[in-house]
Amino acid sequence: MYRIRLHGRGGQGIKTAGRILGSAFFAEGFEVQDAPRYGAERRGAPLFATVRAARQPIAERGEILQPDLVVLADETLAAVPAAGVLAGVDARTVMLINSSESPDTWRARLALGGSVHTLPPATSDRAGERLLGAVCAGAAARCVGVIPRESLAAAIREEVLVMGPGVVEATLERALWAFDCLAAQAGCVAEGRLEAAADWKPPDWIELPFEDARISAPHIHAAGTSVEVRTGVWRTFRPELRSELCHHCHWICSTFCPDGVITADTGGTPVIDYDYCKGCLVCVAVCPHHAMEAVPERGGEAAA
Amino acid sequence: MRRTLLTGNAAAAWGARLAQVDYVPSFPITPQTEIIEWIGVWAESGEMEVRAVTVESEHAMITAAAAAAATGVRVFSATSSQGLLYAMEMLYAVAGWRAPFVLVNVSRGVATPVTLGSDHDDVFAARDSGFLQLHCATVQEVLDTVLIAYRLGEDPRVRLPVLVNLDGFYLSFTREPVWIPDADAVAGFLPSFDPENVRFRASEPISQAVAVLGGGAYSYFRYEMHLAAEQALTVYDEIADAFESALGRRHPAVETYRSDDAEVVFFMVGSFATKARAAVDRLRDAGIAVGLVRPRLLRPYPLSALRRALAHVRGVAVIDQNLSLGKGGVLHTELCSALYGQREAPVIASFIGGLGGRDIADEEFYEISAVTRKAAAEGSAPAPRLLYRESELREVRKLQRVARVERDELASGRKP
Repeated sequence: MYRIRLHGRGGQGIKTAGRILGSAFFAEGFEVQDAPRYGAERRGAPLFATVRAARQPIAERGEILQPDLVVLADETLAAVPAAGVLAGVDARTVMLINSSESPDTWRARLALGGSVHTLPPATSDRAGERLLGAVCAGAAARCVGVIPRESLAAAIREEVLVMGPGVVEATLERALWAFDCLAAQAGCVAEGRLEAAADWKPPDWIELPFEDARISAPHIHAAGTSVEVRTGVWRTFRPELRSELCHHCHWICSTFCPDGVITADTGGTPVIDYDYCKGCLVCVAVCPHHAMEAVPERGGEAAA
Repeated sequence: MRRTLLTGNAAAAWGARLAQVDYVPSFPITPQTEIIEWIGVWAESGEMEVRAVTVESEHAMITAAAAAAATGVRVFSATSSQGLLYAMEMLYAVAGWRAPFVLVNVSRGVATPVTLGSDHDDVFAARDSGFLQLHCATVQEVLDTVLIAYRLGEDPRVRLPVLVNLDGFYLSFTREPVWIPDADAVAGFLPSFDPENVRFRASEPISQAVAVLGGGAYSYFRYEMHLAAEQALTVYDEIADAFESALGRRHPAVETYRSDDAEVVFFMVGSFATKARAAVDRLRDAGIAVGLVRPRLLRPYPLSALRRALAHVRGVAVIDQNLSLGKGGVLHTELCSALYGQREAPVIASFIGGLGGRDIADEEFYEISAVTRKAAAEGSAPAPRLLYRESELREVRKLQRVARVERDELASGRKP
């Protein structure tokens, strides 16, 4: 059985990537199970998708704890414990990372014993960010080696059709390009086998201790705890103000900002708190003078 | 008939579509929403000829569903978690109307604390409401069980609403290959509903669901519902046969997997049972005689079939994905009552696992089987066990420390 985990952030197309891979395996005659896993749906929050594919019916379900392939669309997630990127990664796991750093750098940084490859570099335009999932799906399909190019393309047409013909074309272009770029890695992911039941270590079960309600109630007796969570790291796009176009009608952008992170200076110029701006881009949509621009997060930093 | 990849939610919607339901009142809640989204899409495109409406709450939704069912049309609805709990008053009320419809529950743990992860505390809260309750283990079963549920609830011997449960995430958002039957084949199994005397009409006054003052009349009506639910066991068996001949898949009231010669068995409901099935295969490879017994029906309780399935085993490991606070696992309690006093009854071990979507790992199934085999050999049941790892408590401790540090820092005025 192939066991694949794809990690990314909401808005990068990871759920769709899982479905594309699932449909491509299915078209090749595999039994398939694919599923996204996320919390409250929101752009920028960590999520992952799992894909299982086998020649026999699949009875296991849920998290993949012994992945054959882990695809990381957003390298910042490697340092987020709750994202679980490294869970179960061992010497036989292949990792595909979307990064401008070299595979050797990642092997050293994360002490990885298995093989590491990087995804072809993403384009820095806005469409490119949303198509990261397409790149992941194309690259993963090539690495497993049992999905022909045409099946990948057919799966994309099937899964992305609802988003319109333009998205289908753009997804095809990115995914097939990634598929071609990874020709040298074709088939580098092998189907995994689980250890026999006799060889397993018993789980480290404990007796849950009784603790009185002063400790065990789910309360935080303090205000302002959301200050601790810098939700700005969820952003895949940032709104940037072009001050020469701003008419200082700050009431509009600051009122519509759902997170209340736009204030105004004494001159009425909007000020965005990037520590907490999630990049929803409502301000870009509502600005009557088109003074707010959406800039891809990484591209934005490079330009600054 | 075609085979394609569907999520559990899409399969539930396909069940409603193939049953040609007339009316779908709904209120969205994660993880159920995708079901009503699909029905909305098909209503809009004309692929489903249905009146689909969103109402102001789950309480109103169940009232609307049952009121429509009382006119004799076929009704479908779906909810989850707190939505089901909010509707609870009306679940009890409308079951007594004896007007059948199907309600899908996408199970999700209940507050507090709030979670999106799946367990069975929501749907088990409806256990005694008069709704029959069927539990699915695969996406295919979701589609098939919705069809079975209509035929079961609409049978004149039963005439009770039916809850079909699928697990959030593990089925709701998980795609698996599913046979979607042709409409003709479905029509052969599930003809349109002949409501007979279930026909509330405008300008034709009848009194339905009347009040009775006096325990004798009340007892009559309540106990008749109980008898109808028990009757549903016989009816279910007939329907399972009919489903197999019409659509080719067999869904008996109790699934038994490699249990005939098993020394101990896993006993559970829902989608985690397929994980147990995988564990059974690997334990068998290691030479350990383990099996699985899974009731599809929780209500009515398939008492005789369970006694038969467990007659020869020495130990049963009940895995409850629910918790009756202050008592323990509901499946465990019920199985103990079912087997008490039976000759050579097996030792029954209780495991609580999978609360709030917590996964159960392969090695935990192996350990459960080892603990249960030991208990069976010694002839005495172990204390109930929460499946909980040291690493999980360590994570909780980390959160508690963060909360405490913040509290201390805020108290000392070092932060806003």
